[in-house]
Amino acid sequence: MIIINKLDEYFKKLRPEKLEGYGPVVIKDLKQQEGKNIVGTYCVFTPYELISAAEAIPVTLCSTSNATIQEAEKHLPRNLCPLIKSSYGYAMTDKCPYFYFADLIVGETTCDGKKKMYEYLDELTPVHVMQLPQSNKRKDDFENWKEEIIRLKKRLEEKFEVTITNQKLKEEIRKKNQERRALKEFYQLAKLNPSPLYGTEILKVLNLSKFTFDKEIANQRTKEIIKEIKKNYNKGERRISEDAPRILITGCPMGKATEKIVKLVEENGGVVVCFENCTGVKRNQELVDEDINPIDALTKKYLNTPCSCMSPNDNRIDLLSELIDEYQVDGVIDMVLQACHTYNVETFRIKDFVSNNKNTPYINLETDYSQSDVGQLKTRISAFMEML
Amino acid sequence: MYSIGIDIGSVATKAVLFNKGIIDNVILPTGWNPKEAGAKALDKLVVENNLAKSDLKEVVATGYGRVSADFADRVITEITCHAKGGHYLNPKVRTIMDIGGQDSKAISLDSNGNVQDFIMNDKCAAGTGKFLEVTINSLGEDINKLDQLTKDTNPEEINSTCTVFAESEVVSLLAQGASKESIALGILEAITDQAQVLLNKIRVDQQVLFTGGLAQSERIKNLLSTKLNQEVVTSPNSQFAGALGAAIIAGDQ
Repeated sequence: MIIINKLDEYFKKLRPEKLEGYGPVVIKDLKQQEGKNIVGTYCVFTPYELISAAEAIPVTLCSTSNATIQEAEKHLPRNLCPLIKSSYGYAMTDKCPYFYFADLIVGETTCDGKKKMYEYLDELTPVHVMQLPQSNKRKDDFENWKEEIIRLKKRLEEKFEVTITNQKLKEEIRKKNQERRALKEFYQLAKLNPSPLYGTEILKVLNLSKFTFDKEIANQRTKEIIKEIKKNYNKGERRISEDAPRILITGCPMGKATEKIVKLVEENGGVVVCFENCTGVKRNQELVDEDINPIDALTKKYLNTPCSCMSPNDNRIDLLSELIDEYQVDGVIDMVLQACHTYNVETFRIKDFVSNNKNTPYINLETDYSQSDVGQLKTRISAFMEML
Repeated sequence: MYSIGIDIGSVATKAVLFNKGIIDNVILPTGWNPKEAGAKALDKLVVENNLAKSDLKEVVATGYGRVSADFADRVITEITCHAKGGHYLNPKVRTIMDIGGQDSKAISLDSNGNVQDFIMNDKCAAGTGKFLEVTINSLGEDINKLDQLTKDTNPEEINSTCTVFAESEVVSLLAQGASKESIALGILEAITDQAQVLLNKIRVDQQVLFTGGLAQSERIKNLLSTKLNQEVVTSPNSQFAGALGAAIIAGDQ
């Protein structure tokens, strides 16, 4: 087989830090030169549109590196999820530039660890905690979450001395939907068989858009990337073998330290075609309804997030079912971060559903942010690839 | 045509020469240099059987040292190799429990020896050969004499799954006057409990094949069988299951 490497080159040269509108320097300028307020976020439950409608800039805070965990363990127990420890460690050490510039942080009660960590975080930078309902099915759940959305709206209005009008909110909803549409169009290219994209590249482009704060620039760029991929694919460029097992990754959020899993899959002959997690599909799958009252629309969209903190979490099963078919998935990897009880408990249900209802091989990998388990992970992942 | 499979484990390196059946095998301590141990096992098989390298169709390496085996034509994980090897040793086998030096694994396979599902121990030494080695050593006993040692005794309970904590537990039990024999049996109970935890996570079907160095112990095999309430079988070649599978895969290509 002839392997043409044009897209390889393209992605290698795609250096986010060199691109317009990307990264911490932009936030610094927005804050210091334009006097913008910065709001730090952690989780896809945060209604970003409300923050933008308050003329503030929502930014995802750092949480994916092992480097700050040791520091965090001065205050937090060792046996805690690495994402929580990493986030807190970044805040303590001021190593996250976004945290440094943040005027307010919005956090959600997605788990007990985070909920308690916010109490300490609040002493460093004010944290507005949104209390999530424990399920999303009952009428009360909607009403309670709506209350939380309204409470956040008031907090933003008071803190930043602005008024969030319905008109402004609708405008921001429309803009955020555009970003979601562009990203969906991008990562759905991996539905092609063979996929034109490696999983590592999908993550790279998702991050590029996430940390490009002018969404018009971000969307324009995503569209250019899509065009480039389509152009090469239509010309017949195939970088990935038709025999490469197509892997869907589900479970906890993924990034930086845990990209080790994506790399191991792709170094061992597989290709990650879909991320059914907060990093990938979960945040973008459902758009915000543009035709109804904006507060109701936000309540509905965010409450439907298929997170394991919801009980029951049938939405995740429905989403997985769809994605396994649409992406023609050969194997499912369920990545669980150590001490993430809700995702860990769900592995049993997910394994049963994926193997028995979807007849698709499944493997659960428990890991943390250290690189000490790369050898063991390699054996498990290679064996899984050999099995497919 | 001949093929060779080499399983470079953390403790022992096993190699099998295969040509429509097992022709020869060797076992060597891996020592500190897995690459050298693998190369030595390969040479030994080639020389002792008066073969030239050109007589070999393929050499497949497996086991934790596989990554350093530059003399191999291919590397395949020990999971896939154990399944193939186990299937060859006994085609009725649908479940394999392997207890190796630094990891242990439970594998579920189909009627053709293909892996259906598998699970490995966590990152630590709990439930591995190392657990047994460390704890038995703290009794001043030899791991090869376990069956003899534990023949007529009742087990002391060992509660720790962590190797380091279990060692301390053994020391305290000795201090309390417990007999070596009863502690040794307690250790065997503990390691089979840990194997059972892994097996509980996959589908266990008849027959269950027990592989790895510990499969030489009749006592451990019987304990496992009682715990699972299933017949557990071993083979004189149990320790070679991984290398054998690698040799079969090498011959298939």
